[in-house]
Amino acid sequence: MNTQHTGENVPTLVVELTNGQAVPQSRVPRLDIQQFQSVILDSVQSGSRVVALFGAPDRKERDSLRMYVLLADDRNGRLKLTSATVTADGFPSLTPRCPQVHLFEREIAEQFGIKPHGHPWLKPVRFHRSYRAGADAWDRQVDQDFRAGVMNFYQITGGQVHEVAVGPIHAGVIEPGHFRFQCDGEIILHLEISLGYQHRGVEKAMQGGPNKRTLHYAETLAGDTTIGHTSAYAYIVEALAGGAVTARAQAIRAIALELERLANHVGDLGALSNDIGYLPTASFCGRIRGDFLNLTAAICGNRFGRGLVRPGGSGFDIDASMVDDLLKRLDIAERESRSAINLLWDNSSVMARFEGIGSVDTQTAIELGMVGPAARACGVDIDARRDQPSGIYRFAHVPVSTWHGGDIFSRAYVRWLEIQHSIDFIREQLRALPGGETRGNLPQLQPDAIAVSLMEAWRGELCHVALTDSQRHFERYKVVDPSFHNWMGAAMAVRGKQISDFPLCNKSFSLSYCGHDL
Amino acid sequence: MIKSILTRIQQGHRTIAYPAGPAPALPGRFRGRPLFDTAKCPDGCQKCADACPTQAITIASGKIKLDLGRCLFCTDCADACPNGAVTYSRDYPLAVRQASDLIVDSDQELKLAAALDGKLRKLYGRSLQLRQVCAGGCNGCESDVNVLGTIGWDLSRFGISLVASPRHADGLLITGPVTQNMRQALRIAYDAVPDPKIVIAVGACALSGGPYINHAEVNNGAASVVPIDLFIPGCPPHPLTILDGLLRLLGNKNLISRKSLPPAR
Repeated sequence: MNTQHTGENVPTLVVELTNGQAVPQSRVPRLDIQQFQSVILDSVQSGSRVVALFGAPDRKERDSLRMYVLLADDRNGRLKLTSATVTADGFPSLTPRCPQVHLFEREIAEQFGIKPHGHPWLKPVRFHRSYRAGADAWDRQVDQDFRAGVMNFYQITGGQVHEVAVGPIHAGVIEPGHFRFQCDGEIILHLEISLGYQHRGVEKAMQGGPNKRTLHYAETLAGDTTIGHTSAYAYIVEALAGGAVTARAQAIRAIALELERLANHVGDLGALSNDIGYLPTASFCGRIRGDFLNLTAAICGNRFGRGLVRPGGSGFDIDASMVDDLLKRLDIAERESRSAINLLWDNSSVMARFEGIGSVDTQTAIELGMVGPAARACGVDIDARRDQPSGIYRFAHVPVSTWHGGDIFSRAYVRWLEIQHSIDFIREQLRALPGGETRGNLPQLQPDAIAVSLMEAWRGELCHVALTDSQRHFERYKVVDPSFHNWMGAAMAVRGKQISDFPLCNKSFSLSYCGHDL
Repeated sequence: MIKSILTRIQQGHRTIAYPAGPAPALPGRFRGRPLFDTAKCPDGCQKCADACPTQAITIASGKIKLDLGRCLFCTDCADACPNGAVTYSRDYPLAVRQASDLIVDSDQELKLAAALDGKLRKLYGRSLQLRQVCAGGCNGCESDVNVLGTIGWDLSRFGISLVASPRHADGLLITGPVTQNMRQALRIAYDAVPDPKIVIAVGACALSGGPYINHAEVNNGAASVVPIDLFIPGCPPHPLTILDGLLRLLGNKNLISRKSLPPAR
């Protein structure tokens, strides 16, 4: 079947759009499930990625589900969107033929109580009741009690085999999640990660918005990615309203996004050093991370960037005197980061714990649909700032940093490369801040439209998709945090490795629990 | 090795002098407690209360009441006010001992946290081991609790440390609105802490549910599961606010002379 949207006589299978664009819902093709899955398979086989696959209530058929897929053709900078109708009887799972969709199909099953038949790993994702009263993919009764983490874990039996259960509460100051290891002695045969403890019902609460809480949901979807998620949300609202944002506001948002990347990358390199007991870099980076957070606070008063990004622009301006102050402090933070982080690469006891441990090969990373520094460390050359740019990234480019090892060293080193590029980018932007206003009023949202927004946040690509109803409210709001793509990568990285390396492997991915659990 | 030593010398000694010395400088745009100049409020105006995402503001007979437990310290009320009546205090101390002390009139001083008394002060005044439990927190509060352990803040110089097991702990430090899926784990952790124990709730979510107030998926904060001894407002609270709260609870002599703060502008 031809899936290209080219010839005039070929039936339209997808609607093409760019990042930050809204189209009327009527333009989204409605395929049958076979056609729909063929589009996904053919696209993925030709190098596209599944950015989001999700369900939404079907307006025509109350009992049915409308399933949407957003595919990214990174080489051509295009996004493709299409949909299918799925009845309450379920649909054939695509996961056996396309592993990228495994968690998306589980999510659809849990949210709407519709079964993907033949899914090889159909387990709850977040342990909540389905959105459709009475419908449950596991045939649980409405009054049946269930708890997060209580399910059938994959088990291996044998004389040497033992099971290790960790969490939900972990040893450090960290979000909750459950990890179940099947070990042969010290070697991990299999790790199953069961999350959902952080589920706060964000997607459901976004429906009916935007209202006065919506922005604050975006700010706290993953609190360490406030700028990333609020930027994605702002572009959604701006796309639906058809309002332009000034270049100045776009530049300020991008500066904030890169500051967020810097704080987290520097913090993660410090935390990796701490996990292997190399305290100099751990101590220095722990402090320097705060210096980057304080640069964000200088702009907006809050270390995590709360209040900085607003639909229609930026909540705060950067005035001339602040530019000088920020540049000066950035120089100091750069110098101190450089000396602290370069200690790592010259130290053989550090490198012995970084190199060759926690490896994910390129093929696995692609098959799982991994994103962000974790994917780039496997040699996967993707970065939404270059491939699907929005805002100021359409004009100011950040070099993409990749490495080839797929191990802990590669994930650390890609972060260090990104730190350097982000500092250069912020410096350039601060020195040439466009003039004009920082915030404008937006027109009303379009009714009956669908909008998409992708951001390359510090953990990787995050995606928001919104559908509006006839009253201009969100009918469905889908959030895909980069962690949703990458948690399985973390599980694969430890397979066949020593269990004592798990904390270090986990830290090298540094994934979000609440971003996954929503 | 030489390079490590040289780097150590370059990086220098960076632990803050506070509380014996001055507190680190807060950002110029820091938002502490929202202050309302009611002299500027026209009769019947409700705009700040209407704009608040968490219903933290109530207006009755010309007085504005603010629930600091619900407050996200965002700019929505200030942005909505046509008369510039909303400003933000630059004072970082915000921690209180009673839930009722979180609700303050616009002209009322904040009743800052008193020290533990008697036996608890004797037990924990110079050594407090806390188990942190994140129960739906967004990693904002968690990050700025974590930062207290870095060399800049060096929490352990006050005898306070964050430990791996509730059985090694004197109390819990809770963040997040307490999701339904974490309710049981939080309760188990609390029960595992030996008596006498103390509980510290950090951030708007743990105090009230924060942006998630009244979601079916959450329990509107830690007080729904366990009794709370110290409430630290913020979204997230600045590390200085958290440290100030902890030191007040332990009766740090550099802080106890300042029992309350006037709503200064």
